[in-house]
Amino acid sequence: MSDDIALELCSLRRTFTLRRGLFGAATTLRAVDDVSLRLHRGETLGLVGESGCGKSTLAKMLLGLLEPTSGNVLIGGREIDPRERRAMARCIQPIFQDPYSSLNPRKTVAQIVGLPLKLHGKDSASAQRAEVRTMLDLVGMPARTHDQYPGQLSGGQRQRVAIARALILRPDILVCDEPTSALDVSVQAQILNLLLDLKAEFGLSYLFISHDLGVVEHLADRVAVMYRGQIVELADRETIFEHPAHPYTRQLLSSALTPEPGLGLPELVPLPTTN
Amino acid sequence: MSALLEVEQLQVELPTPNGPLRAVRGIDIEVERGEMLCLVGESGCGKSMTSLALMGLLPRRATRTAKRLRLDGQDLAALRDRDMAKLRGNRIAMIFQEPMTSLNPSHTLGSQLVEALHQHRNVTRAQARDRAVYLLERTGMTNAAQRLGQYPHQLSGGLRQRVMIAMALMCEPDLIIADEPTTALDVTIQAQILRMLRELQQEFGTAVLFITHDLGVVARIADRVAVMYAGQIVETAPVRTLFAQPAHPYTRGLLNCIPVRGRQQPGAHLTAIPGVVPSLLGELAGCAFANRCAHAHDACTQTPPYPEIEAGHRVRCVLAAGEPAMPTETLR
Repeated sequence: MSDDIALELCSLRRTFTLRRGLFGAATTLRAVDDVSLRLHRGETLGLVGESGCGKSTLAKMLLGLLEPTSGNVLIGGREIDPRERRAMARCIQPIFQDPYSSLNPRKTVAQIVGLPLKLHGKDSASAQRAEVRTMLDLVGMPARTHDQYPGQLSGGQRQRVAIARALILRPDILVCDEPTSALDVSVQAQILNLLLDLKAEFGLSYLFISHDLGVVEHLADRVAVMYRGQIVELADRETIFEHPAHPYTRQLLSSALTPEPGLGLPELVPLPTTN
Repeated sequence: MSALLEVEQLQVELPTPNGPLRAVRGIDIEVERGEMLCLVGESGCGKSMTSLALMGLLPRRATRTAKRLRLDGQDLAALRDRDMAKLRGNRIAMIFQEPMTSLNPSHTLGSQLVEALHQHRNVTRAQARDRAVYLLERTGMTNAAQRLGQYPHQLSGGLRQRVMIAMALMCEPDLIIADEPTTALDVTIQAQILRMLRELQQEFGTAVLFITHDLGVVARIADRVAVMYAGQIVETAPVRTLFAQPAHPYTRGLLNCIPVRGRQQPGAHLTAIPGVVPSLLGELAGCAFANRCAHAHDACTQTPPYPEIEAGHRVRCVLAAGEPAMPTETLR
């Protein structure tokens, strides 16, 4: 029934309790507030919103790094058990924003990419090495870099390594959390092209989290707009970009500065709920 | 009348264990009174080193040389540190990317704003306070008078950047150097702050050297643009010319690789610039962009010329200098 749904979030909630000082009154922060989403197989779902809107909390729950307060996450129709990390890892993998802090500086490129295979170890060591080489070739890392350390690589190369590591277990779903926002635009284009190629090659589904609307418009089939912990608008790309319905979506779109001189800077009307 | 800021052949060199790193390789900049000049480039191109060199705030190990470095006719290179300190905050102000690191966490906003003016001008504290309230209101802050008693950590990133802009304007400087002032902010806040900065800059007639990596910001805010690559300015032009007729292959490449609505099919390959920036250690022979350039040929091993191809539009490229003109099919 849910064959074409790679990932489903059902009424996912996560709250944090904040306390001001030792005896201060506790307040509840609803970081993710009743979010339901479906990611279809082979689809790229863009998730946009400003910092603090709950995007990354949501991503952490999908990856099993944070337990939801309520609601559940279904991968391929099955509910995930956070205790079964390995089974999860074979289905869903992350790519993070900062390729500087997400790679172990003391391991070589080949070791970093090979580690998941080792942990899940079914193949022989030599088969694993061959697998790593193939994957690194695929992401455009030349052979001479395979024995280098992350410190010797450029930002774009590090992100290629992070992508290779995410794909080595052949997951179905990649959660890309701002994968190019730490990169220069000329390198960003290379990485986005790579993500497009890999999606076609492996039939991947992407949850693509970004604040860059130009990038989201380029990659996403559908877009979810998140604001204050909730999905305020969800529609296909054309609808979101051509006929945005929610005031927050409209504000986001008008504040995106496209490289068109003469348009000047938008005058934004503050939303009633922002302070 | 000469330009407000005149920079000729500015060079910055940093010693490293592997030899000198030439971060800025002889750049020329002129900022006219009241204009917004954007210095745009990718990380490591030397744009921040340029701004620090102009402010006299380079790390102590770094060496700065320049054929000419003048603000309003005054030779900055000849100033002693003490005299340069008098100029900073007074005639040249600076706005950094992360306001939390440039605001003192243990003083109230009021005392920091008042100090900025009190130190440089002969005004009473009450007058300085009035100006602080006025400027905070102009930057779009509500309850400005009450906010003077708050500490930086009590404000959001956007509000802190408003305080930084108010502080930069306290002494009515001739020139503000803004180094990626909105990069850490959300897009909606960024748009509001840029609009406010642009309005105040035009109203007060302050010249701004605006340093950024974001071509979207450049397009919307600049009067003129200088594109930096590997420690040099490779192209400079009025903003509309730069976006309509980019002439340097690097500028074209940069403009082509940003996804923009209606320019490319969604999901199609973007035109990336192949390769990576060259190392800035030691000398760079010939054109610094040649190894990534689709039009590179033998002449590019020579130092490229920097001709003015039309009024105010200079390009550091052999193809722009001679005939025939650069092939047009690479234009968007």
